[in-house]
Amino acid sequence: MQDRAITAEKLTKKFGDFTAVDQISFEVSKGEIFGFLGANGAGKTTAMRMFCGLSLPTSGVATVGGFDVYSENEKIKNSIGYMSQRFSLYDDLSVIENIRFYAGIYGMSSKAIRVKAEHILKGLELEAEKNMLVGSLPLGWKQKLAFSVAIFHEPRIVFLDEPTGGVDPITRREFWQLIYEAAGEGITVFVTTHYMDEAEYCNRVSIMVDGRIEALDTPTGMKKHMGVGSMNEVFLQLARKATRTEN
Amino acid sequence: MNGITINNISKSYPLKKGKQEALKNIELTIPEGELFGLIGPDGAGKTTLFRILTTLLLPDSGTASVNGLDTTKDFMQIRKEVGYMPGRFSLYTDLTVEENLNFFANIFNTSVKENYHLIKEVYKMIEPFKKVRAGKLSGGMKQKLALSCALIHKPKTLFLDEPTTGVDAVSRKEFWELLRSLRAEGITIMVSTPYMDEASLCDRVGLIQQGSMMGVDTPQHLRNAFGKKLLSVKGPDMLQLLRQLQAMDTVEHAYPFGEYHHAVLKDAAFLPELPANIEVKEVEPDIEDCFISLMRTHAG
Amino acid sequence: MKQFYNFVIKEFIHIMRDRRTLFILIGMPVVQILIFGFALTNEVKNSGFAVIDLSHDERSAQLIDELDASRYFEIRGKFQSVESLEQSFRKGQVKIGIVIPSNFGKDMERPGGASLQFIADASDPNVANTLINYANAVVLDFENNINGEKKIPYTIQTETRMLYNPQLKGAYNFVPGVMAMVLLLVCTMMTALTVVREKELGTLEVMLVSPLKPLKIIIAKAVPYLLLSMLNIASILLLSVFVLDVPINGSLTLLVGEGILFILVALSLGLLISSSTASQQSAMFISLIGMFLPTVMLSGFMFPIENMPLPMQVVSNAVPAKWFYIIVRSVMIKGVGLKHVWKETLILSGMLIFFMAMAIKKFKVRLA
Repeated sequence: MQDRAITAEKLTKKFGDFTAVDQISFEVSKGEIFGFLGANGAGKTTAMRMFCGLSLPTSGVATVGGFDVYSENEKIKNSIGYMSQRFSLYDDLSVIENIRFYAGIYGMSSKAIRVKAEHILKGLELEAEKNMLVGSLPLGWKQKLAFSVAIFHEPRIVFLDEPTGGVDPITRREFWQLIYEAAGEGITVFVTTHYMDEAEYCNRVSIMVDGRIEALDTPTGMKKHMGVGSMNEVFLQLARKATRTEN
Repeated sequence: MNGITINNISKSYPLKKGKQEALKNIELTIPEGELFGLIGPDGAGKTTLFRILTTLLLPDSGTASVNGLDTTKDFMQIRKEVGYMPGRFSLYTDLTVEENLNFFANIFNTSVKENYHLIKEVYKMIEPFKKVRAGKLSGGMKQKLALSCALIHKPKTLFLDEPTTGVDAVSRKEFWELLRSLRAEGITIMVSTPYMDEASLCDRVGLIQQGSMMGVDTPQHLRNAFGKKLLSVKGPDMLQLLRQLQAMDTVEHAYPFGEYHHAVLKDAAFLPELPANIEVKEVEPDIEDCFISLMRTHAG
Repeated sequence: MKQFYNFVIKEFIHIMRDRRTLFILIGMPVVQILIFGFALTNEVKNSGFAVIDLSHDERSAQLIDELDASRYFEIRGKFQSVESLEQSFRKGQVKIGIVIPSNFGKDMERPGGASLQFIADASDPNVANTLINYANAVVLDFENNINGEKKIPYTIQTETRMLYNPQLKGAYNFVPGVMAMVLLLVCTMMTALTVVREKELGTLEVMLVSPLKPLKIIIAKAVPYLLLSMLNIASILLLSVFVLDVPINGSLTLLVGEGILFILVALSLGLLISSSTASQQSAMFISLIGMFLPTVMLSGFMFPIENMPLPMQVVSNAVPAKWFYIIVRSVMIKGVGLKHVWKETLILSGMLIFFMAMAIKKFKVRLA
């Protein structure tokens, strides 16, 4: 149980007659980088909301960080971090104010925040910019800072929503190196995305089609199994079966 | 004749302190009938360049022409001759698919019937939803409707700003197939994208980063110009392996690349010594490798 | 022309599909007229008044009787000093006090005439002003009655307002005010919002990259709101005449003509706001704070301008609604013709030209 960060067993979410998530089952180990893929409307967001404790499942079993998604969602929220490409930091707060704000939410002491902030800013080479407004930083730096803030309180699991869409290729590599380092420290990384090239960086990926998990394997295994050269082609083959469109 | 000519264009936006240079001395010529891809990350200056070419913005310096018309002086004539699809979905969400299309045909003084052959292929995919309001369509459908609206007046040149961003892989593929067939109609198409893998679908591409055009050529020529040995490396502990590669003297630069790491070797360097459990193979550079290498040379 | 026509049709579709907003735009004037006409009328009945009669003669007694007899006032006390009057104010027993100086009756017969002082509880300036006006009317009545008996007219020094509104009906003031408010809201705010919405949506970008002349786009967007405002004028006038019994004493054509002039002023203001803002939020904010509040506060319809400090009075001249309010009141209630409101009409026309020129100057054929 200890080394399972996320478990789902026949997890289902229905909205009236519509089954958004249809009996999905999988396990994610501690320190794994897990890619959760699917087209828009396939059910990714609904599933992720259940794991984050924002929405109750209709049926099935799921645990996040060892906590039950039905009854322990407050504990879940304390043990996860979250970052999305659309929203993560406040543009009108400075770098250090953003860090203090987010760390404060998780109840970290001022002293712990100060020590850790120094360490992180040094790692990102952002020490000179610590009093600059986040809005004035280049996009790439913002993304890296956002990730560091999301794991600042040392969560067991971090959820990333399309983290590197639109950033330049070098920043993107630096970003993935940060993710590898976080995983190396034992943080489980759960990436939802519909960018297939992002999927190639994950240890294992699942592909959701019409609310169900259609495939779950390592990227290599999946490509070999389908006899194609890229995750994009794997996805194209699976997604063609889809009948549902985005609502 | 050239479809699009850009001579030494620069543009900056004022900031609270100083200014932000969005475009720096851009030079570019696109022959008529070419499918040209402008490839670069967010904030590279792609949208600014599109807005200058579609007469929405004036450059600070330099000149540009579209279909032989000057973007500053002949802007009303250009507006009659080009089709433009901005980066954001820009149709009326409270009008139906059909109403949107008719409206756009009308403001260009034409009718859907007159140019139906041009949009037929795109439009037939969304026709079943013609009574549906545009706001209720899926991302891919919206893009197809926007393309139909941009095409309805039979433009000589088509500007598509990030048409595939936020659209799922299946719709992206369909969209590119549509562009290939429009190219066959002789329309000059300039399309921007942050996805490096879409480069191979263009006749020629321009790689743009922080307002500078780092390279313009066919995708194959750009790859040939990479000029260094590139290794693809994989091992059991990828983080450890990456640090190891980055520390090697013979390696100029190493970075994660999907399931592998890519290592660019210094000129004429030998293959580095690595343990037996590490999988190493020499690979052809991807456009993304080229982009990374060009970014490094431009950064100095 | 067909392009233009189609654009207007499209604007109508937008308005028709947004039922809630349409309902508010059509229903709001009706509700406002009814609320102001019935519930919020500042017609005051049987308000307490007190007298300090220093004259104690026949005339002063007559005047006091006449005030008490009117349906607006009811005597609550007679005092000898201003201090005791103030106490009565504080207890809320009286709203207005009248000081009759000594020799009131004799003064009336002198060439200079007599004088009176009103002291009002100005904690509610609206009510105070109304009461002063009522009291003035009663005094005037009193004066006229006496003068009817005599050959040489007596005069009493008081300012008389509400001269042309002898019944002192509250609704008379509100109809022109509500008209100004509604037209401003529909024309200025809705026009500003509709243009800025296209900016936000990104559709303006596509419209600009089309052969449509940018100015045509803007005018086409304003047309539906012009028509909607005309509908509002009609509904306000109909309600006023048939439900609130407010007569239209002047020329209906002149009234409607002035209405259109004001609509155009409001529309050009809306266009000016839309070309200077980038988001619906700020367009809304500017319309509300910059246009709506001054209209309510400074047009003279809620709070009398003559009671304001001088700087405010000066500022009020820049509020278009003030002039429209004067015009409508004059035409509708006093029943005067254009020759009495030409000055106000000219001011509004000047404002129209100014705002229109600014709006066109600020309007961009490009994005930045």
